[in-house]
Amino acid sequence: MSQYMLLVYEEEVEPAVQAEREAGLPELVDLNRSLREAGLLVGVQRLRTTDSATSVRRRDGQTEIVDGPFAATKERLAGYYVLECADLDEALKQAERLPMTEWGTVEVRPVMPVDEWLRRGREAGADVPDEAVEDLA
Amino acid sequence: MSGAPPADPVASAISSAFRDERPIVLATLIRQAGDFQLAEDAVQDAFEAAVKQWPRDGIPANPGAWLVTIARRRAIDRLRRDRSIRDRAERLADLERVEPEPPEASIEGEPAIVDDRLRLIFTCCHPALDLSARVALTLRALGGLTTGEIARAFLIAEPTMGKRIVRAKRKIADAGIPYRVPSDEDLPDRLRGVLRVVYLIFNEGYAAAEGDRLVRGDLCDEAIRLGELLARLMPDDADVWGLLAMMLLHDARRAARVNATGEYVALQEQDRSLWDQGRIRSGLASLERAVRGQRPGEYQLQAAITALQMQAQEGEATDWAQIADLYGALSALNPSPVVELNRAVAVGLASGPAAGLEQLEPLLGDAALERYQPLHAAHADLLNRAGDAGAAAQAYERAIALTANAVERAELERRLAALR
Repeated sequence: MSQYMLLVYEEEVEPAVQAEREAGLPELVDLNRSLREAGLLVGVQRLRTTDSATSVRRRDGQTEIVDGPFAATKERLAGYYVLECADLDEALKQAERLPMTEWGTVEVRPVMPVDEWLRRGREAGADVPDEAVEDLA
Repeated sequence: MSGAPPADPVASAISSAFRDERPIVLATLIRQAGDFQLAEDAVQDAFEAAVKQWPRDGIPANPGAWLVTIARRRAIDRLRRDRSIRDRAERLADLERVEPEPPEASIEGEPAIVDDRLRLIFTCCHPALDLSARVALTLRALGGLTTGEIARAFLIAEPTMGKRIVRAKRKIADAGIPYRVPSDEDLPDRLRGVLRVVYLIFNEGYAAAEGDRLVRGDLCDEAIRLGELLARLMPDDADVWGLLAMMLLHDARRAARVNATGEYVALQEQDRSLWDQGRIRSGLASLERAVRGQRPGEYQLQAAITALQMQAQEGEATDWAQIADLYGALSALNPSPVVELNRAVAVGLASGPAAGLEQLEPLLGDAALERYQPLHAAHADLLNRAGDAGAAAQAYERAIALTANAVERAELERRLAALR
């Protein structure tokens, strides 16, 4: 067996269009449950939008912290960490320790808690039970 | 001073509470509620309650404490009502645990309150926020400025500024930017951004873009208080002392910058007996502390420029050549068209209007300064001294069209009329 990462890219859209996407939550709950039941699912997490992103890099020994996502030009995604931190300061401090910040950039994105994911779906009209939290992520 | 009819005392109590107490009330509420947006909404609710209740029940003895109490209750109401607020149960439990502060308690000057504002300033100046958002948010939260005033101070459109502030608050919540004074190791770096912001608050107060008063002393006081607080926190930091020195020396001239009829008075014509000697002494002492750091930063250079201007016994005796040199050093450290403008003015005073115009002319093509009133006022003054009354009149008209400050406008109109 090998592990594969499925990276999800999408356009960040206006609230009305986003609500239509959120309303499709039951389909996602079923899909994730089926993946888990098949023994395929290692992990799934939803990220907050890039409005909450912060990019970290080190150049000439100086740490640069920039508001916003990393604008890829020649760089390609090479890996990921998921850290449990008290707040953004701690996450940035750990990000700074990665040697990759010296030649690349580490984008720090908050993970959306699964109950908020569920709540957004419900607000958009999706009918999902509380137990869906277990299936979703 | 403005000659307007006496305002309704309740309305003026509410507006002065908004200006003076709102930042303190907001900082307290953010600590208690743990969320910037919730706290801001609750403080807004409290002001709406004041508008309704104060005319009926009278102005409370301590408006700030009253607002904190009401805002906390409204925050609890909002948490009970709105299920979408993050960490709702936890926030509610925290808020309900807070001991109500007695309504008579003075909230100004208490160490806990000062700390709240310091925490808030470090949150607002967090490096994960865009610099322009840091400045805007600090002005909005700690300076209590309106979005319109902030937009004008930064020469951008009001809706753009509004979006910037909303986005910054959302990022604080979504990304988990903490509400606390940074750890010792992070403090020096984080302080740089904070100083920049305090400097801009002071500037906004010193030459307010809006209203009848040339000097909004409360904002200057607020910036100086923040500067003093930072000096206590970081007593070995030369830049903190440099900034404090600069603010104190500028502020010392506050009473002399506007005459009895509310008109602007240029430095050379100011009544020096009106200068605040206590502020000057504190300013010079702070400058000395800054100089000890042996690393002249931009605030220290500005403080030195101001000290030179003030120490000259007569306006005529001011060492404008040295001031022009200090502006040159400032420009090398942190190139800015506004510094270049001040340098051009100093050169004009040191070496005559032709030399000043030569320095100033390249700035007239700078898009960032196109709507910057002081550029056109300085251009007009130099043209006038060079004997070109026609061009001077045009430049004064441009400056007049760009000022939102009634006192500045009156002075520019007086200078324009004197040409004819």
